[in-house]
Amino acid sequence: MAVKFDVQNLNAWFGSKHVLKNINMKIEENAVTAIIGPSGCGKTTFIRCLNRMHEITPGARVSGKVIFNGVNIYDNGVDPVIIRRKIGMVFQKPNPFPMMSIYDNVAAGLKLNGVRDKKILDAAVRRSLELANLWDEVKDDLKKSGASLSGGQQQRLCIARALAVQPEVLLMDEPCSALDPIATAKIEALIRKLAENYTVVIVTHNMQQAARVSDYTAFLYLGELIEYGPTEQIFENPKHELTERYLTGKFG
Amino acid sequence: MDYYKVRVVKNHLVQFLVYLALFSALVPLFSMLYEVVARGFSTINIEFFIKPTPTVGEIGGGVANAIQGTLITIGLASLIGVPIGLMSGIFLSEYGELKLSAAVRFLHDVLNGVPSIVIGVFAYTLITRSIGFSVTAAAFALAIIMIPIVTRATEEALKLVPMSIREAAIALGIPRWKTTITVVLSGAKKAIVTGILLSIARIAGESAPVLVSMGFWRWWFAGLNRPVANLALNIFIFAMSPFENWITLAWGSALVLILLVLGISIAARVLTKGRY
Repeated sequence: MAVKFDVQNLNAWFGSKHVLKNINMKIEENAVTAIIGPSGCGKTTFIRCLNRMHEITPGARVSGKVIFNGVNIYDNGVDPVIIRRKIGMVFQKPNPFPMMSIYDNVAAGLKLNGVRDKKILDAAVRRSLELANLWDEVKDDLKKSGASLSGGQQQRLCIARALAVQPEVLLMDEPCSALDPIATAKIEALIRKLAENYTVVIVTHNMQQAARVSDYTAFLYLGELIEYGPTEQIFENPKHELTERYLTGKFG
Repeated sequence: MDYYKVRVVKNHLVQFLVYLALFSALVPLFSMLYEVVARGFSTINIEFFIKPTPTVGEIGGGVANAIQGTLITIGLASLIGVPIGLMSGIFLSEYGELKLSAAVRFLHDVLNGVPSIVIGVFAYTLITRSIGFSVTAAAFALAIIMIPIVTRATEEALKLVPMSIREAAIALGIPRWKTTITVVLSGAKKAIVTGILLSIARIAGESAPVLVSMGFWRWWFAGLNRPVANLALNIFIFAMSPFENWITLAWGSALVLILLVLGISIAARVLTKGRY
């Protein structure tokens, strides 16, 4: 298996608060990597460092390297806009563009990057919605507002929107935390399907979810990477005492 | 002592005072509106809307030139004031973390509090003295009055757009400026248009800065370096004149101006409807 991200000595701050401490890890290509850990341990900050979203928060700062496809994305001269097109992101709360239709939501990334050809847009919208398992539910309502969908549908719409620009990686920040169990099951099935062609990094609060969907699991605690390895090994045979105590519910 | 009765009496007393205050606030408003409508309505006929200001001693005439002039002045002022106000509002909301923005915000508050006649004198010094009493000078003065209003309305409207919407766009690899002008502005469109309409309603009735920078004019539009007629100035000049016919036209102008402002305010209300 190939390495998609090689994270080296990654540190991140909000103002003077040191939230990520010397993270070193390699993320596999076309696999699902789950980031788990108690609230405030830096999970979200970590994935926001992978597509340079961390730095849009005022006062936020990063040091270290994130090597993506052989290039350090924090090198001078690397345009974060280009990086973000290759590394898509899905957020905790579904956030479709409220003034746009379902079609325009999915096409937004392409349209705003200059694609005008209706045929290309139509094909991309259909392909992305099918990939996100949403096409059959919305194909007759593409002109309706994206905000008119249910929470689970909105989240799949956001996944379709992220997929439409043909990224290589999908970062997911607790994508199911605002959803009911049925919608969650659909998203989890979708994540497994996406792993065939995409590298997925998912932050989750839900340990069962990490066990169900991921190939690799990383456990973060107070901004440090405590343990990282194949999901089975982490859950069945954790090497670190902290990991075991967290997984068995002794804290967190 | 029966506290219950005392409380009932107090309650009625306070209620009475509140209604009294409401009544005394509404009486002048309605008596003014009534007077303008009653007196103005009788002057309105077709001639009133198609004829320009009559010369002294002439019978009839209208305010057509003043309506034309007011619209031109407002239009020119908006052409200058809206883009600047809109851009400043975007700057304050989207780049608000810079040190400069605190200063910009403060200066807009100061500008908003400057008496309009002072702005008129500023326009006089800067423009009137070089190109003469003109519609350009008046539009410049009115644009300066508009800018802080449009800026504040834009900033407030943009701040209501949730951060998650901006993040969604930025994460798609859309450059920041494009995120702002497409996703963010479209989410705040209605509120911004409302703010612009209200600023137009405000400048439509301004008279002092127009008088200082442009002055009174009885004819049609004659070029950007000449004055135009103006509804607010019509009221001022006509009402002070000793001529019966002009005084009648002053009432008519007042009615047209009130209807114009009312119309803009209603448009603003309609546009904001259904936002929540």
